[in-house]
Amino acid sequence: MTTIDAGVVPVPRELAPRRETYLNVAHTVKSWALTTDHKRIGVLYLVTTVLMLALGGSFALLLRTHLLTPAGALMDSYAYNRTFTMHGIVMVWLFMIPSIPAAFGNFLLPIMIGAKDVAFPRLNLLSYYIYLVGALWVIIALWMGGCDTGWTFYTPYSAHSPSAVVPTVFGIFILGWSTIATGVNFIVTVHTMRARGVTWFRMPLFVWAIYGTSVIQTLATPVLAISLCIVGIDNWFDWGLFDPARGGDPVLYQHLFWFYSHPAVYIMILPAMGVFSEVVPTFSHKNPASYNAIAYSTLGIAFVGFATWGHHMFVAGMSLFDAAAFGVLSMLVAIFSAIKVFTWVLTMRRGSVVIRTPMIYFLAFLFLFVFGGMTGVATATESLDVHWHDTYFVVAHFHFIMVGGTLTAWLAALHYWFPKITGRMYSERWGTVAATLVFAGFFITFFPQFLLGNGGMPRRYATYASAYQPLHVISTVGSWILGASMLMTLGYLLVALFTGERAGNNPWDSRSYEWYTPSPPPKHNFEKEPRFELDPYDYTVPAERMHG
Amino acid sequence: MAEQVAGHFESLPRQAHAARLGMWIFLGTEVLLFAGLFVLYAAYRTEHPHGFAVGVENNTVVWGSVNTGVLLVSSYTIALAVHELRRGKQRACALLVATTIFLGMCFLAIKTGEYLEHFRVGLYPGGVGTFYRDHGEAGTKMFFTLYFCMTGLHAIHVVVGTAVLAFLLTKVLRRQISERAPHPLAIGAIYWHLVDVIWIFLWPLFYLIPGGNP
Repeated sequence: MTTIDAGVVPVPRELAPRRETYLNVAHTVKSWALTTDHKRIGVLYLVTTVLMLALGGSFALLLRTHLLTPAGALMDSYAYNRTFTMHGIVMVWLFMIPSIPAAFGNFLLPIMIGAKDVAFPRLNLLSYYIYLVGALWVIIALWMGGCDTGWTFYTPYSAHSPSAVVPTVFGIFILGWSTIATGVNFIVTVHTMRARGVTWFRMPLFVWAIYGTSVIQTLATPVLAISLCIVGIDNWFDWGLFDPARGGDPVLYQHLFWFYSHPAVYIMILPAMGVFSEVVPTFSHKNPASYNAIAYSTLGIAFVGFATWGHHMFVAGMSLFDAAAFGVLSMLVAIFSAIKVFTWVLTMRRGSVVIRTPMIYFLAFLFLFVFGGMTGVATATESLDVHWHDTYFVVAHFHFIMVGGTLTAWLAALHYWFPKITGRMYSERWGTVAATLVFAGFFITFFPQFLLGNGGMPRRYATYASAYQPLHVISTVGSWILGASMLMTLGYLLVALFTGERAGNNPWDSRSYEWYTPSPPPKHNFEKEPRFELDPYDYTVPAERMHG
Repeated sequence: MAEQVAGHFESLPRQAHAARLGMWIFLGTEVLLFAGLFVLYAAYRTEHPHGFAVGVENNTVVWGSVNTGVLLVSSYTIALAVHELRRGKQRACALLVATTIFLGMCFLAIKTGEYLEHFRVGLYPGGVGTFYRDHGEAGTKMFFTLYFCMTGLHAIHVVVGTAVLAFLLTKVLRRQISERAPHPLAIGAIYWHLVDVIWIFLWPLFYLIPGGNP
C-alpha cells in the first residue's frame, strides 16, 4: 500500500466552498454560547482547556526556574508551596480530566456511533458552564493568593491552612458535577444512541475508552465531592471531621481522597489509550491485532482501578496484609496496560506504517508510557515505595504517565483530528519538529528527576542541598524546551487554522466511522443517513467502499 | 422534555429509556456522594462505640420517627401520582403531587424544629456547646457533627426534590406531562424515592440503635 499524501487528496468541487458545516451554519457569539451541538461544545472545551494548559504550564515553568539554584531563585517558600499546589490543581482538574474526554470525546463520540448528538444536549451545554464556573472559582482562589496544601488537601494541615482553601475546594466541587454530568451523558449516549450497524463490538475503540472513562468519572467523582466538601467545612467552620481530638481520623481522609484520585489517574490515561487505539491502526493501515483485547482491557482497567488506591498510603499506617493486597492489585492494572501496549505493537507489525505527527507522538508515548508504567510497578512494591515515597522519584513516575502518556496522546489527538475539526491540514514539517522537541524536552525534564528522587531529593521542597544542583539545572533546561515546543505547536496550528490546505473527508485513509462524514462535519453530523456496513478497522477493502 | 420526540432521538420510547437510564446512573452518583459520609460514620462508630451510643440516646427520637412516617407516606403518594397519570387521571395526579410537596415541606419544618431543639440544649456541630460539658467524649462530638452533616445534606436533597416536584406539578397542570409521555414525572418520582431511601438508613443509625453499652 502506498503512503497517502494529505495534500493531494482530491476535494470534490461541488462540496468545497459553499457546503454548510457546523462551523459556518451561524457566526454569532450567541450561536456559540448557547449551542447544544456536541461539536461546538467540544470546541469550546478544547479552547478552554488549552488556556488552562497554558496557565498550569506557566506555573510549572516558574517552579522549574525557581529550582535553578539550591536556595531558590524566584520566590519564598510560601509562594513556592502555593505555586506547586495551583500547578497540580489546574493541570489535574482543569486540564487533564476534561482534556480528551470533554473536548475530543464530545466532538467525536456521537459521530463515531452514527448519532446526531449526545443523549442530553442541553445537559451537555450545562456541564460546560458548570466547568467554567468551577474554573472561575479556582481562578478566584488564585486571585486571593492561592492554596498551599498540595493538590491532595491532606488533613490536618488543610483544616488550618491560612491560604485560600475554601474557594479552591469549592471550585473543584463544582467541577466535579461537570465531570459527573458529562459521564452520565456519555454512558447513556453509548447505550441508547448507536446507529444501526454499530453494535457494541463494532464501536471504534476510542468510544470504548471514553465509555470506560465515563464509568470511572460517574462512580469516583461523588466521593471526591463529598470529601472536599468536608475539607472546606473543616477549614471554614472548624467542625473537625478529621480532627482526632473530636473523634476524627486524618488517615480516613486519605482513603476517601485516593478512592477518587487513583481512579482519576485512569480518567486521564484511558482516553489517551483510546486515542492511540485509533491512531495506530490508521497509520499502520491494518486492523488492531485484537479488538477484543483492547476493549476488554479498557473495562479491566476501569474496574480494577477502583481497588488500588491504598498504594498511595503505604507509609500512612496500613497493615502488611492490606499493603500487599493493594500492591498486587496495582500490578494487575499494569497487566491490562501491557495487553494494550503489546496489541498496538503487534498492530504495527506487517502493517504499512506511515510516520506522521500523531504517529511520532505514539512512538514517544510507547517509550514514556512503558517507562512510567514500569516505575509504577516498582513503586507499587511496598519495600521500594518506602524508600521512594515523597521523593522526586514519584514525581518523575507520575509525570511520565500524565505528561508522557496523557499529554502526548492529547497532542496526537489534536493533530490527528485537526483536519476533521477544522477542515484544514497542519504543516507536517513543523509537526514533526515540534513532536521531536516535545519528546526531547520532556525526557530531559523528567528523567533526571528519577535520579534525584533515588538520591533522596524530597518532593515539594522550595530549597535543596547543593549536591542536587546539576540534575536540577538539566531538568529546568528541559522544561524550557518543553515549554518552547508547546508554544511552537500553538503557533503553527493557529496558522494552519487560517491558511492550512483543505483536508478531504478522510485525509489519513482511515476506515473509522468519524471519517465517513465531511470535514468539518455538517450540523447534524452526516449529510445522509450513514450506513456502517464495514468494520471500523477493515483495511482489506479500499476506502471508496466506505460510502457504499 | 416536552411531549414530542427530540430531534436526535428516533422514537419516544427510546427517549424515555435514555432519560430513565440517565436518572438511574445519576442516583448511583448520589448514593456514592452519601457513601463517603456513611464510611465516616462506620469508621468512627467502630472507633468510638460508647460515644456514639451516648449520642443516639440523647437524640430527638420521637420527631425523627414522625419524620420517617411523613417521608414514607410521601413516597407512597408520589408513586400513586405516577399510577394515576398513566391511567389518564390528570387531576388526581396533580393533587397527589401537591400532597407529596406538602409532605416534603412538613418534613423540612419538623427537621428545622429538631435543629432548633438541639441548639436550645446547647448542641452545635463541631463539638461546640454547653451540651458537651456533661457529654464530653470525642465520639459523642463526632456523632453529632456527622448527624448535622448527613441530615443536613439529606435536607438539601429534600429541598431540591420538592423544587423538582413543584416544577413537574406546573407541567402536569398545563398537561405538558400526560399519559402519552409520563416519563418526566416517573423520573422525578424515582428521585424522590431515593431521598426517602437515604432517610431510611439515616433514621436507625442516628435515632434507633445505641449499640452495646451506652
